[in-house]
Amino acid sequence: MPKQVAELNAALSASNEIIDAWLAQMRVVNVRRRDMVNDSELRVQMKNFIAALAEAVSKCDELILDESDTWRDVRGQLREIARQRTRLGFKPGENAMFIFSLKAPLTVRLTADADRANANLAEAINGIVVLLDSLGLYITDMHLEERESIIERQQKELLELSTPVLEIWDGILALPLVGTLDSQRAEKMTEQLLTSIADSRAETAIIDITGVPAVDTATAQHLLQTIAAARLMGAEVIISGIRPSIAQTMVGLGLELPNVVSRASLAGALRYAFKNKGLRIRREQS
Amino acid sequence: MNTMARVPIIRVGRNLLVSVQLDLHDRSALQLQDDLAKEIEDTPTDGVVIDVSSLDVVDSFIARVLGNIAIVARLLGTRTIISGIRPAVAMTLVQLGITLEGVETALDFDRAIQKLGLQSWDGEAGVSGASDDE
Repeated sequence: MPKQVAELNAALSASNEIIDAWLAQMRVVNVRRRDMVNDSELRVQMKNFIAALAEAVSKCDELILDESDTWRDVRGQLREIARQRTRLGFKPGENAMFIFSLKAPLTVRLTADADRANANLAEAINGIVVLLDSLGLYITDMHLEERESIIERQQKELLELSTPVLEIWDGILALPLVGTLDSQRAEKMTEQLLTSIADSRAETAIIDITGVPAVDTATAQHLLQTIAAARLMGAEVIISGIRPSIAQTMVGLGLELPNVVSRASLAGALRYAFKNKGLRIRREQS
Repeated sequence: MNTMARVPIIRVGRNLLVSVQLDLHDRSALQLQDDLAKEIEDTPTDGVVIDVSSLDVVDSFIARVLGNIAIVARLLGTRTIISGIRPAVAMTLVQLGITLEGVETALDFDRAIQKLGLQSWDGEAGVSGASDDE
């Protein structure tokens, strides 16, 4: 067990004084942000954190945060604090400073204890600095993890929003695509289309690509696969919304989509689908 | 004791109807291929409908055998329609590059027999153009 533990624990046990000093230090380095977190909430967080820290310090092998069980509670609290503060809009630097601000109160308490040789004091302070540095870095990592999970969640939501399948007539489905078609979206599109074909017993599906900015080889490949799968289910797929510029690009890339019916507009595709089904629209004579 | 179930092939006039049930084992699939080829050879057959709507998923082996069955039937001059391919099965086939060239597909059994022109179940083939029962 490290030498400094006894002194550190003694310091941590005076948690109320530590907390007061901690808050004061935060004001000095301008990370107090009363507008985002109020005092009472912060005090509770700090009290719990100090308790967890004291517990870990008394049991640890070395005064530095690691992945072991000893530090599990501390890691958990740092994670929670990071999560909350990230959501409130704190920057990762502010979170790190929040932790680093605890250095001053602890070192001050140690130096206040006059019964100490200078050499020991330096060692004790160094121990505190190293420990709190490791905690500050960890909370920064947690901030980044939280950010990434937010991004991941938003990506998933975007994916959900992207491809509705509409039944625009008995047995005719329309799938308007918007945005670039990457593998993930293509897979989702295919899945949704095939399920819709099965559910609505539709034999015709129109995939409209007006909202797709560019068609490259990969996109064309995805479309062809979707069409092939729909065909196996006994449904015909019509591609609509191919703009002149896209058509020219496709020809340039050698993507001619053989055996695939395509039309410039959704209306044109619908007309074709009606003809196939033997349906005709007639204006009523009044 | 032979515990392997043979997939039943039902003859309706000049057409054959096959309904593949769940748990199509590898050997049953190969047996079906043989039985179907034999049936087409023994008796004049205009059309075959193979319904696979009970198959929720297929592995690459079964997928290939189904593809082969359809192509064999087509090569023997029989109009083959596979009906009821489910979304997951369709995707597997496409990913395996099994396109079932020259084989028609239908959304379900009902539409498949409509495509063959079968309209009644009294055993008479309603296939247009087929006049002799040789």
